Amino acid sequence: MSSIREINVSIIEDAIYNLAIEAAYKLPDDIHQKEKEAFEKEKSPVGKAVLETILKNVEVSAQGVFPLCQDTGLAVVFMEIGQDVHFVEGNLIDAINKGVERAYKDAYLRKSTCDPLTRKNLGNNLPAIVHTFIVPGDKVKIFFDAKGGGSESMSKVQMLKPADGRDGIIKTVVDWVIEAGPNPCPPTIIGVGIGGDFERSAILAKKATLRHLGEKNPDPRLAEMEEEILTKLNNSGIGPAGLGGITTSLGVHIEMEPCHIATLPLAINTACHVNRHKEILI
Amino acid sequence: MAEYKLKTPLTDEDIIKLKAGDKVYLSGVVYTGRDAAHMRMIESLKQGGELPFDPKGQVIYYVGPSPARPGYPIGSAGPTTSYRMNPFAPILIEKGLKGMIGKGKMSQEVKDACVKYKAVYFASIGGAAAVVGSAIKKAEVIAYDDLGPEAVRKLEVEDMPVFVCYDAYGNDLYELAKKEWANKL
Ligand code: SF4
Repeated sequence: MSSIREINVSIIEDAIYNLAIEAAYKLPDDIHQKEKEAFEKEKSPVGKAVLETILKNVEVSAQGVFPLCQDTGLAVVFMEIGQDVHFVEGNLIDAINKGVERAYKDAYLRKSTCDPLTRKNLGNNLPAIVHTFIVPGDKVKIFFDAKGGGSESMSKVQMLKPADGRDGIIKTVVDWVIEAGPNPCPPTIIGVGIGGDFERSAILAKKATLRHLGEKNPDPRLAEMEEEILTKLNNSGIGPAGLGGITTSLGVHIEMEPCHIATLPLAINTACHVNRHKEILI
Repeated sequence: MAEYKLKTPLTDEDIIKLKAGDKVYLSGVVYTGRDAAHMRMIESLKQGGELPFDPKGQVIYYVGPSPARPGYPIGSAGPTTSYRMNPFAPILIEKGLKGMIGKGKMSQEVKDACVKYKAVYFASIGGAAAVVGSAIKKAEVIAYDDLGPEAVRKLEVEDMPVFVCYDAYGNDLYELAKKEWANKL
């Protein structure tokens, strides 16, 4: 029998605090690297100038005064919790929220949550959106995602017909991203969730945006689809900031799970070039 | 594609020389406003009230900046998605507004208003917010302080780079650029 590992929730609070601040000011290396490559390859002069500005933005922000984007996002937390972990000295969700609230206050990040009807700003960027997954072991893995509203608005879930199949999925994704055009701050990273059920597909799509750029999909069928969609998007002409070019998306990531014989759920979660994902293993 | 340096307030002469795709370095006063501020401004007009500033010749920047650190006028300040201002922009253009700065597509009504009243929609680079924020010289909240990041601010900018997206002739840079660069991989 494995023994129980106790984790004080204040460790989680501090981890979230640090991840949130780092996410706001320091672009993940995988995205930075891809942007540099895109700058080299871009054929449109305007597109190249836009990518140059985006790269400069990464540098300015890294000095720690101006966040990468004024929209410092909704705090989205994915947590893989080992089943042998016991959280002590408080409530896990409260600890996450406290970490977020402190980070957004101390690091001069924008508070972007509001009442959906009155639109009144809540002033603390709470609540965090928390997705927990129970896994074997006694570790906790936290993925922090500061998700901007502009790209999030260009996302959707669609229940396709099973007969739509692979080609229907590709067409739906490509048409959707091209229709979104300049709105989600291209170059984007497109997360696609296939299967599961209605809500599961959406969670898969968001999780897909957190995968490191350049990491190949282990399923060769999906790797091929990702490549095909990416080529179509970068041939759309939309380009950086929608001002024309061959860099519309930096990557397309698909996550897939089995679904019901009568359904084909498809979710598309769009992430902008300021795709702030950070992770830590505790 | 030409390049211009312009100083606000803008005149009809400034506007008619601009074509979709031109790059403009804007200097002078620019006002900020997003959804919530626009709703209040339009509500105030409906009630026969005043706007927080006279829109004649002015430019509105669709932005909700991050908080200013001590010693700085403003935080990061990139454009927000403009389509949410579709219902409001034509009303302000009719009142003399000469430009909007944002990102993403706007409606046919906005394009029509730009043609009819000679105004321009400028596209800025979404997510280049630290670069823009660090180039803003002065910022002052002039209305709706309770809206926090969405309050109306008076900014002073110097050589803020923007692209003419919708001009006063009905052209659309997003459409033109997309056509020009399709299938070029
Ligand atoms: S979509 Fe991303 S880059 Fe664009 S404004 Fe929102 S957070 Fe910033």
